[in-house]
Amino acid sequence: MDISTKEYKRCAVVEVSGRIDSATAPELAEAFNELTSEGQYNLVLDMDDVEFISSAGLRVLIDVQKTCQRLNRGKLVLAEVPEHIYEAFDLAGFVALFDFYDEQIDAVGSF
Amino acid sequence: MSKHEERAFPARFDSLSAIDRFVASAAEGAGFDRCTVYQVRLAVDEACSNIIEHAYGGESGGVIECSLGVSSGELTIVLRDYGDPFDPESVPEPDVNASLQDRPGGGLGLYFIHHMMDEVDFEFDRVEGNVLTMVKRSESPGGDEGGDRCRQT
Repeated sequence: MDISTKEYKRCAVVEVSGRIDSATAPELAEAFNELTSEGQYNLVLDMDDVEFISSAGLRVLIDVQKTCQRLNRGKLVLAEVPEHIYEAFDLAGFVALFDFYDEQIDAVGSF
Repeated sequence: MSKHEERAFPARFDSLSAIDRFVASAAEGAGFDRCTVYQVRLAVDEACSNIIEHAYGGESGGVIECSLGVSSGELTIVLRDYGDPFDPESVPEPDVNASLQDRPGGGLGLYFIHHMMDEVDFEFDRVEGNVLTMVKRSESPGGDEGGDRCRQT
């Protein structure tokens, strides 16, 4: 798994590629923690290059969303989610908990 | 024509990607479409993560034996470990309609396994080990409740 972070004026974008599983999810959590600990609660996760995500990764996303939405100070939105991963999100009830965008630029523009 | 393969993996989280490649190759070889392959991969990853985390209580030096059988459009996956048994009935199904605040972080692993696979069977034996048998059939992508999931575009 590779993670890159870009900070914009109104939000930060986290781009991940590869596998998010029990081995790599802690690294993703740490990347998000670095942003939220700096006060950045408007976050975009671009999943275009995510090849696989297990419930360990979903647990990270839930935790980050809880942190961001506390006190209405922001939110985590998801961009370019591959179809097969979206189906797992749907099964897990994530569709009601996250905003989804087909393009990263639209996700950034939502803030 | 049927095919059978077996491999043993160290029960460590960094084995998950190798287990995934082993299983994905068999699922693709069984002729499953991309979404069905992904369902199988997800179920196996969740099962192996549970074995490492719960049966072995962490990365403790145990082993996961993985057996794959392909026959007539049906993939049978058998995972065996020698860790602690557990009662699958004791694991509550997660409330996937709960609000964000009421949503616990965990609990989705077993839920995914049951929803992604057509048959799931747990057996626990102190000598023979814990055996999880999962079956996926090509004619029923999405499992018994998943007719509207993972549709091909």
